[in-house]
Amino acid sequence: MANSGLIFDIQRFAVHEGPGIRTTVFMKGCPLGCWWCHNPEGITAQAELAFFEYSCIHCRSCAAVCPQGAIDFANEIFQQDRQRCTGCGLCAGACPTGARRIAGRVITLDQLMGEIERDTLLYDSSDGGVTFSGGEPLSQPRFLESALQKCKERGLHTALDTSGYAPADFFASLMGCVDLFLYDLKLADENDHIHYTGVSNKLIKQNLRALDDAGRGGDLILRIPVIPGITDTEKNIAGLRELVASLKRFRQIVLLPYHDVCEKYDRLGRTYEMPTCDAPTPRAVEDIRDAFLK
Amino acid sequence: MDIPAGYTVNEEVTKRKAVVRPVNERIARLRTESVRTPVTISAERAKLITEFYKSGAAEGLPMPVQRAMAFQYLMERVSLPIEEGQLLVGLRGAGPQEAPTYPEICAHSIEDLQILHSREKMPYRVDEKTVKLYSDQLIPYWKGRTIRESLMDSLPQAWHDAYEAGIWTEFMEQRAPGHTAGGERIFKTGVLDLKEEINRKLAVLRSDDPQYNDKRAELKAMDIAADAIIIYARRYAEKLDRIAEPEADPARKAELTAMASICRKVPARAPETFHEALQHYWFVHVGVIYETNPWDSLSPGRIDQHLEPFLTKDTAAGKLTGEQAKELLQALWIKINNQPAVPKVGVTAEESFTYNDFCKINVGGLKKDGSDGVNEISYLVLEALDEIRTLQPNTALLFSNKNPERLLRKALKVVAPGFGEPPFFNCDGVIVKMLRQGKTLEDARTSGVSGCVESGAFGQEAYILSGYFNLPKILEITLNNGIDPRSGKQLGLKTGDPTRFKSFTELWEAFVSQAKHFMEIKMKGNDLIEEIYARQLPVPFVSLWIDDCVENARDYNSGGARYNTQYLQLVGLGSVVFSLSALKFHIFDRQNTTMSELLEALGQNFAGQHEMLRQLMLNKTPRFGEDDDYADQIAIDIVDIAVKLIESHPPSPVRKASKRAYFLPTTVHVYFGKITGPTPDGRKAGEPVSEGISPVQGSDRKGIAAVLRSVAKCDWDKTGGALLNQKLTPDLLEGAENNKKVARLIRTFFNMGGHHIQFNVVSTELLREALARPADFQDLMVRVAGYSDYFVNLPRGLQEEIIARTIHA
Repeated sequence: MANSGLIFDIQRFAVHEGPGIRTTVFMKGCPLGCWWCHNPEGITAQAELAFFEYSCIHCRSCAAVCPQGAIDFANEIFQQDRQRCTGCGLCAGACPTGARRIAGRVITLDQLMGEIERDTLLYDSSDGGVTFSGGEPLSQPRFLESALQKCKERGLHTALDTSGYAPADFFASLMGCVDLFLYDLKLADENDHIHYTGVSNKLIKQNLRALDDAGRGGDLILRIPVIPGITDTEKNIAGLRELVASLKRFRQIVLLPYHDVCEKYDRLGRTYEMPTCDAPTPRAVEDIRDAFLK
Repeated sequence: MDIPAGYTVNEEVTKRKAVVRPVNERIARLRTESVRTPVTISAERAKLITEFYKSGAAEGLPMPVQRAMAFQYLMERVSLPIEEGQLLVGLRGAGPQEAPTYPEICAHSIEDLQILHSREKMPYRVDEKTVKLYSDQLIPYWKGRTIRESLMDSLPQAWHDAYEAGIWTEFMEQRAPGHTAGGERIFKTGVLDLKEEINRKLAVLRSDDPQYNDKRAELKAMDIAADAIIIYARRYAEKLDRIAEPEADPARKAELTAMASICRKVPARAPETFHEALQHYWFVHVGVIYETNPWDSLSPGRIDQHLEPFLTKDTAAGKLTGEQAKELLQALWIKINNQPAVPKVGVTAEESFTYNDFCKINVGGLKKDGSDGVNEISYLVLEALDEIRTLQPNTALLFSNKNPERLLRKALKVVAPGFGEPPFFNCDGVIVKMLRQGKTLEDARTSGVSGCVESGAFGQEAYILSGYFNLPKILEITLNNGIDPRSGKQLGLKTGDPTRFKSFTELWEAFVSQAKHFMEIKMKGNDLIEEIYARQLPVPFVSLWIDDCVENARDYNSGGARYNTQYLQLVGLGSVVFSLSALKFHIFDRQNTTMSELLEALGQNFAGQHEMLRQLMLNKTPRFGEDDDYADQIAIDIVDIAVKLIESHPPSPVRKASKRAYFLPTTVHVYFGKITGPTPDGRKAGEPVSEGISPVQGSDRKGIAAVLRSVAKCDWDKTGGALLNQKLTPDLLEGAENNKKVARLIRTFFNMGGHHIQFNVVSTELLREALARPADFQDLMVRVAGYSDYFVNLPRGLQEEIIARTIHA
């Protein structure tokens, strides 16, 4: 049992991540590297620095405390050496404006439960609960398992927002303490999947079938990101339809239209690899919906 | 499958426009007239009342009788406007959007009139004739005779110093005591019944009663006031007949004739039909706002319960269709919207910068016997609000756990397009508040909210708000050892040089001592003002309608009501909690800075090198509204100490009113901000302080659930109410699922002890566009405090403050 984990956010009054009013715990670390990832701060499994440049007043408090000498203000131009930065967080502590923040904090199980239980009354009144998201929550298997079990002990509804990319035996062992799976389906073709996310979709499909076989079809919502030119192609939609049709039980599908999150990458000093494109039009999203309804 | 919706400003505007859809063409026409007519000052009332007093007709008579005779003089002579196509009659002034003046209370100067006429926001047109009347007749006559002068002259220097420093405002300096909401008496009693009650009372009055003369005079006055309103209604009946006569359209002719016969019946006799009930109420309403200029005009109370028997009876008899009921209700709504607030100037204008006169419609809640009070009218009222979308009346959704959730959900659908109405009130919490104040269970259950968020026993209580109290300013004075840095005057106590404070407790105690000191001056002033109103401005007409003024033979302004309360409204909770948290955390706990350093920074308004410290305070302080016990405990303590300090004052000498605390701002947080120096929460001098009990604008970054939990930690049951603003993105109220979630959020907040919550559902982008191009957004209505208003009509500081409020997505 792991009694601490790494998270990068806790969102209360979450209304899009499962039934009722929920608290969503964003766990840090993800084995996938989707081009369009809209939570880049969830990808690495270490704390890292996020820099909100618009809040910086050039006071240099950060440079004064950085043990790595990773921050430089030579010629009044702010420079950050990301290679040297260890994400220790001293600069974030010293920054008076909150321009420097650390994405990723270690939280103990007790602390996490304390945060979650703040809104028990809201879950009770709305049939809500807790959603574990990320990152990929399955990337912190022991902490996730402990947290899910604790939630079940307290009678809380649990949802898991996952890519499904995890060892089959571990995935199977978790099924008992997850009330609802929010299961991402991205690309049907294995090569495409490897190309755009960095990993094969074999395990993902296997775990999905295991869920289906376990009779958990009713507790499953499939979530498909609509990424122009990548997941919304005719070929991919057909492939996904086929996959969905092969499942035994009725299931719900939610389409998640792409939106640009370039800014989030800038903050982390990373490059957004996604080619520039517009968000899908409502019409385009409707067409895909219709394709699934056919 | 659900597809998250994207939002553009244009879509938002289109959606808002589409919701205005009055029930029929007649109402649409009346609405257009009501909304388009500019607000004008009507000198008619001032002229008549001056004529009356000059005539000497009432000289030497007891004051209540003088006032009643003055009221009768008005009712016999005021204009009798009838809006084209209206179904109800009675209007203050000679037409829609006219605001009369009350020179016996506050006589405006020529300069006042010029400011009113020419100010950019919230102007009141004043014509040349009015200016001339004021300069030739009114000003010379009223000089030295007004209530405003009497009270300003009687208040001690210490009161004036604090008032000028902006430590408080004074509700009673331009407007009369009010906040009155009617109970069932208004809907069940005819004026002739009241006269009988008065005569019965007169007959048993004993001459050895030490108050015999006062009581007799008051009853006589009530009797005259009763006659006066009947006269007003009869004059209308005659006029209606007169205009019916040549009317070419047979349908309208029949309507006018029917209206005439209604005016012959009500308010003299109790109403028996739905139409009669509305006309009856409206006569009373107009009477109340002609008699004086009371705060918050008059509210019809628990209108769904009061009107239900009439609707049921008429519908059963086949005399009224649902459509007709709706039309009549909307006709009343237009009437209410046609009566702007009386002109306010100076500090009073700053604290209540709106045309809204706060007539509040309550729906929902419980019946006297504790059962669910929701009925068909509750829904009709919500529909009227939804379809009409006028500035007035204000609607309050009083929600009890015994009410069907359908009501709450329907109300949220009305909120969704973004006009800010209705706000939500915790009915079960109001009952607890009333019980704590000593009301009976039945009276507590028929209580409700009036004005912005003020709880009161409807039809039975005179709960008088006395003024706003500036908490951040108290802290500023504490940090300056009793000196107001703005004037350099020693206004407060010498509570010690703060740099010598060794602990937060010492600072806290100094703050409490200053608060106590100023509250004492204000509360003593309140009692004095109460005496002036009791003596100089009895209100025999209002007294007819509030239990138990007739029974006690005592005026509403002298303590005749069954319950009497005096409120002090505290402002800036969020700012003062944030500031105290910053002081405690950075100076005493973490020693990130010192008191001297902070005081120096405050002295220089955080200029130059002090910006670093400002940023630290602003960004690295445990904040109220983020469910952080460190800060929330300070809020809990402030609410507790404020209640304790205020309630420790003895009941007022005249009305025997108990003293209670409220937390609401209207628009005063902008004024208080203007005259308060920089605060330790990083707020710069002159910026608005926080509004209501909401966290400092933009500081609540953990979402709405955290805000509600922070707020609910305080013990609001000990107060009269507390106003909480929240801003939501439009998509959060879209669709049945979200509607349900927000409904459950509200219920949970109430179950945790919250009193009130209201939502501005408007995007920041839309507000910014409206700020840039006001001409294109004339009809953009937003939530301000306990009311909605046209965004473009708000003072600039308030516009920016509303934009700065955190938006929860």
